[in-house]
Amino acid sequence: MAVESGQKKSWTMVQALNEALRRSLDENPKTLVMGEDVGRLGGVFRVTDGLHKDFGEERVIDTPLAESGIVGTAIGLALRGYRPVVEIQFDGFVYPAFDQIVTQLAKMHARALGQIKLPVTIRIPFAGGIGAVEHHSESHEAYFAHTAGLKVVAPSNPADAHWMLRQAIASDDPVIFLEPKRRYWDKGQLDPNGAPELGLHQARVARSGSDLTLIAYGPMVKVCLEAAEAAAEDGLKLEVVDLRSLSPVDFDALERSVKRTGRAVVVHEAPVFLGMGAELAARITERCFYSLEAPVLRVGGYFAPYPPSRVEDAFLPDLDRVLDAVDRAMAF
Amino acid sequence: MAPAANGGTADAGPPELVQLLTPEGERVEHPDYSLETTPEELRSIYRDLVLVRRFDAEATSLQRQGELGLWASLLGQEAAQVGSGRAMRPTDYAFPTYREHGVAWCKGVDPLNLLGMFRGVNHGGWDPDEKNFHLYTIVIGSQTLHATGYAMGITKDGSDDAVIAYFGDGASSQGDVSEAFTFASVYQAPVVFFCQNNQWAISEPTEKQTRVPLYRRASGFGFPGVRVDGNDVLACLAVTRWALDHARTGQGPVLIEAFTYRMGAHTTSDDPTRYRIAEELESWKLKDPIERLKAYLVREGWADGAFFDALDAESEQLARRVREGVRTMPDPDPSSIFDHVYAEGHALVDEEREGYLAYASSFASAAAETSDGEDD
Ligand SMILES: Cc1ncc(C[n+]2csc(CCOP(=O)(O)OP(=O)(O)O)c2C)c(N)n1
Repeated sequence: MAVESGQKKSWTMVQALNEALRRSLDENPKTLVMGEDVGRLGGVFRVTDGLHKDFGEERVIDTPLAESGIVGTAIGLALRGYRPVVEIQFDGFVYPAFDQIVTQLAKMHARALGQIKLPVTIRIPFAGGIGAVEHHSESHEAYFAHTAGLKVVAPSNPADAHWMLRQAIASDDPVIFLEPKRRYWDKGQLDPNGAPELGLHQARVARSGSDLTLIAYGPMVKVCLEAAEAAAEDGLKLEVVDLRSLSPVDFDALERSVKRTGRAVVVHEAPVFLGMGAELAARITERCFYSLEAPVLRVGGYFAPYPPSRVEDAFLPDLDRVLDAVDRAMAF
Repeated sequence: MAPAANGGTADAGPPELVQLLTPEGERVEHPDYSLETTPEELRSIYRDLVLVRRFDAEATSLQRQGELGLWASLLGQEAAQVGSGRAMRPTDYAFPTYREHGVAWCKGVDPLNLLGMFRGVNHGGWDPDEKNFHLYTIVIGSQTLHATGYAMGITKDGSDDAVIAYFGDGASSQGDVSEAFTFASVYQAPVVFFCQNNQWAISEPTEKQTRVPLYRRASGFGFPGVRVDGNDVLACLAVTRWALDHARTGQGPVLIEAFTYRMGAHTTSDDPTRYRIAEELESWKLKDPIERLKAYLVREGWADGAFFDALDAESEQLARRVREGVRTMPDPDPSSIFDHVYAEGHALVDEEREGYLAYASSFASAAAETSDGEDD
């Protein structure tokens, strides 16, 4: 259905997320926002700024400092008919809630033979690149994507962040919503009165090209777009696919792209070993074997703890590392 | 000993606060916690307080100057840390969070060691066993379990050392902390839980964590809880000494709630004006831990102008050493990412290290080629 669209204007990702929460709270009285410091402070990244003032502490809830408690009580609230949107302050602090997420949240719908729904959204600022101290830069998407029963998504720009969050909150399944914190202050065009262009779990071709497909999500989409820009100067046409959803994955979109380009490089911040890229490479190989001119290559973090900030640049894939992989793929 | 009474059932009114030095700097006695001090010892305690505060202030300004990525200030909490820190024997072990700079000082850890993590050159960077001061822990509450396990090990070894686990009022909500209380109590582990209730967990006041005074939580787990004036260094010293003694003599854990106040922001990236009122800060300023000990020293005639001047000079010297030390702290080599991932080596890490080195040197040789070209 076509929705009359208003004026698009420029939003930061933080503002776009804030607006998504605001509209979701407005539209459904059962929606709740909960987490540490989400109230008066407006969250450490200000994503919940002003919501406490406008919706009150019954709807925007400052919780005790206890992640297992936050997710566990969100499950209970969902069982009672609420739609909690939980904020985990930083990626590295979701692990105390890991048990509730993977053993309870993910599995309860199946255990109840589909009789109960758990519309819980867990927002997590994730990944690195902001010069933070330990446990503030982790990419833990594979843990969650590996767990059946959870949906996992990661927007890369303000408009997607906005629409995907509204869609995630409206979803009757639990959604792990990963926010690329180093893109929080990037700007993009958005009209929140319009309608989403894509379903929550659809991938998007962020730049089209014919020589090779770069596949990325969240923070790495921008890096890949820059790499494609740089490669274009050398006459190489790289396609960039923004995965957007990590579970489920839009394999059809990947297949369409890779069958055309014949080559694929997957880029993420998380360690390559057993990361998202492993699954994507395997599936692409199965689906596109006869179209492939080169093995699917992966670029990502190393098999090491996320390093101190003064050396994180060496850990994080950058334009050069992406182009290096592109060169290797093109050389086959 | 009356701490059990102190940890009794919830009742109306402000709970008792153990105090040995009033905010005006008057020495008072407490029936359960006595403390003998010499003027020399008091001067040395005062010196610790002043130097720790100077170090903290220097770190804050180094952050402002871009030399540190972040800093968690202990301003206002010096007495809780120096009092408890000095109560430990060298063989007692401390498990800190990320704000225990004053405890580190008392344990003899070089303050420069604490700054590496905040500068972003390492995640700890000191050998915890050297001074029995564990690495800073960022994930809230985790270390209380490690402290408890360490204490259980002490018991198994038949040693009479003890452990202090530091944590905040916010941390008291974490499951890990409750589990630490359970284990410590069940196994009568020689651990003192030292909660610095600085009234805030970032923007959330203590009321968002608990409905009963924190020290009373201990009674439900079966061990004593005591609330001490956290801005009174003498009371903190006396109570912690008692608690460590209690723990090391096989009587099990103790919870100490040091009632204090975080005078600064949560960290340098926090803006407390968004959530707390200025009057609160003003009222706590009157309870400043350093001023009250100074008033006592001066009133008794135990410290003169020369002492304070010398200490000022020493503070400046410390600040200079810290400033220069931070500015000249080298960045790690990027290949250090692969060091110490495993104790015994790992094929994948080795492979990735080699890959990284080859990749990095391809840039170095490319750069060399270009600069050669430019020189010619
Ligand atoms: C498990 C976990 N959740 C959230 C955080 C983010 N965080 C860092 S400090 C802090 C507040 C801690 O308050 P408190 O325990 O009272 O200690 P204080 O900083 O006041 O000394 C929070 C929420 C964290 N470090 N770890």
